[in-house]
Amino acid sequence: MQDSIILEARHLVKQYKQRSGSFGFGQTTINALDDVSVALKKGSTLAVVGESGSGKSTLARCLLQLHPFDSGEVLFQGQSLAKLDSKALRQARKNLQMVFQDPFASLNPRMRVGDIVAEGLLVHSLGNANERLQKVQQMLERVGLHAEDVKKYPHQFSGGQRQRIGIARALVLEPEVVVCDEPVSALDVSVQAQILLLLKSLQKEMNLSYIFITHDLRVVRHVADEMVVMNKGKIVEQGDVNTIYQSPQQSYTRDLLKAIPGQK
Amino acid sequence: MTEILSIEHLNVGLKKEPTRLLVKDSSFKLSAGKTTCIVGESGSGKSLTALTIMGLLSNQLVASGHVFFNGVDLTTLDNKAMRKIRGAQIGMIFQEPMTSLNPVLTVGFQIGEVLTAHKGLKGDGLKSKIATLLTQVGIPAERANSYPDELSGGQRQRVMVAMSIACEPALLIADEPTTALDVTVQAQILTLLDELKNRMKMAMLFITHDFGVVSDIADDVIVMFKGEIVEAGPKKQVLENPQHPYTKALLDCVPDVEGKKVLKPIDYAWLKTNEVSA
Repeated sequence: MQDSIILEARHLVKQYKQRSGSFGFGQTTINALDDVSVALKKGSTLAVVGESGSGKSTLARCLLQLHPFDSGEVLFQGQSLAKLDSKALRQARKNLQMVFQDPFASLNPRMRVGDIVAEGLLVHSLGNANERLQKVQQMLERVGLHAEDVKKYPHQFSGGQRQRIGIARALVLEPEVVVCDEPVSALDVSVQAQILLLLKSLQKEMNLSYIFITHDLRVVRHVADEMVVMNKGKIVEQGDVNTIYQSPQQSYTRDLLKAIPGQK
Repeated sequence: MTEILSIEHLNVGLKKEPTRLLVKDSSFKLSAGKTTCIVGESGSGKSLTALTIMGLLSNQLVASGHVFFNGVDLTTLDNKAMRKIRGAQIGMIFQEPMTSLNPVLTVGFQIGEVLTAHKGLKGDGLKSKIATLLTQVGIPAERANSYPDELSGGQRQRVMVAMSIACEPALLIADEPTTALDVTVQAQILTLLDELKNRMKMAMLFITHDFGVVSDIADDVIVMFKGEIVEAGPKKQVLENPQHPYTKALLDCVPDVEGKKVLKPIDYAWLKTNEVSA
C-alpha cells in the first residue's frame, strides 16, 4: 500500500571528508550513508539499529532535513522535501519532530520549561499567548508532568522528567512523524520502562509514526514494528522485527543479536 | 573457598550532614574466583561502595564500618599503605576508558607505570611484560607505542584491563566497564574479563545496571536500593526467584529479547506506602 507510507528516503548518500595522513595533507572519505532507502508506514514504528559509526544518527538528521545530503531524496506524504519552497518546508517541518538522547544537553538551562515547550508554537505562530500556555500545560500533563511546571527550569527535574519535557516539546505541534534518537539510553532501566510506555500510549492516541534510533536490541523488540540494521553507512537488512529476530538473514545481524547480553 | 574481601556494616555519609547516609549498613563477602555483581539504579550507592573499598572517597564524604581485605582492615590504613595495595592487590576498571587514560602518553608507557611503581620492573623486563599483557588482552604487542586516540573504544578498555591485571591483583573492581561500548564489543570485553578471572583466580566485583550483563557474568548478585542492600544471593536465585519487592519491580522493567514481557515501571509510591526496606 503506497498511500500508507508517510515518510520515505530514497537512495540517500552522504559522505564526510576527513583530513588524514601526515599533517593532514591526505583526505579520506567516509560514507556515512551509502544508498540508503527506508520507508515509514503511518502509525507504525521503524527502528534503526547499528553500532556507533554505522550512520544511524546521520540518517535521522537527513530525514529531518537538519543535515544536507549529497544525493537522493526524502519524501513526506509523497512529496519530495527538496522541491518544497521555504514556506511549505516550514509547514512540513512542523510535522517532523525529534526527541534527543541526552535530556541534560537538549534543554536550554536558562529557559523556563513553559518557554521551551512553547517555542515551536511560537515559531509556527500558532495561537495567542493564552492559547499557547493552555496547550503547553495540557501537553505537560499528558506526558506526566504538572501544569505548574511551566514556571520551572530544567535543572529542577530528574533525567526521566527532562526526557518527558523533550517529548512534550516534540509533540505540542501535533506532528505526524517523531524521530527518537536514542531516547532512553541515558536513563535508568525503571525510567526507561516509563518512557517507553509513554511513547507507546502517545503513539496510539495521536496516531504518531516513530523512527526509533537505538543500539539496544532488547528495546527494539518492545517498541518497533519494522527495523533496519545498518553497518558502515549501508543497510544490511530490513524488514519485520519478529521475522528478523527469528531468522536473521545476514551474518552481521546474527552477530548483533548474539551479542545481546543475558542469553547464556 | 578463600574469602578475599569482607565488608562489615559499611556506612557512607556526608560530612556536613552525617545523619543522611548514602550507603547504609552494607555487609557482604567476596571469594576468590567468583564474580559478584552489584546492581541498582543511579544513586543507589553501588559506585560509592566500590570507591570506599579502594579508599578513594571524596573528602566531603565519610565512611564507617570495616573493609577486610585478606584479613587487613583497609579503613585503618594510611594513604601510603593504601597506595601499595591499590593498583597492585586491588585492580580497577572504570566506565569511560577515554577519561581514565592519559591522552599524551603511549598506552605501553601507562601500563608500564603500574609495573614500575609496584614491581620495580625496568628496561627489557618491563618491555616484555607490557608485550605479554597486551597480547593477553587481545591487542597486538606493537600497539604499545600507540596513543589512546589511535585506539578504538573497545581497545582502550582492553588497555585498561591490561593495566588493572598487570600486578595480578586478588580483587578486580569493574565499575560499569562496558556501559559506553557497543554490544558486540561489550560481549568481547565480558568474555575477556571472565577468562582472566578464572585463569588468575581473582575475585571480581562488577558494578552494572544491566541485568543482561548480570545474567551473563555473575555468580552472585547484590541488589542495592537507596543505599541499602535489599537482596543478595546466588544469581539464579535472585534473578529467577526474587524475594524482595524492589528486586521484583526492577526485574519487571527490563525488556527481554523475545519482546513478550509486559514492561512495568517501578511504582515508587507503592514501595513507600508499604514501607519496603531491607
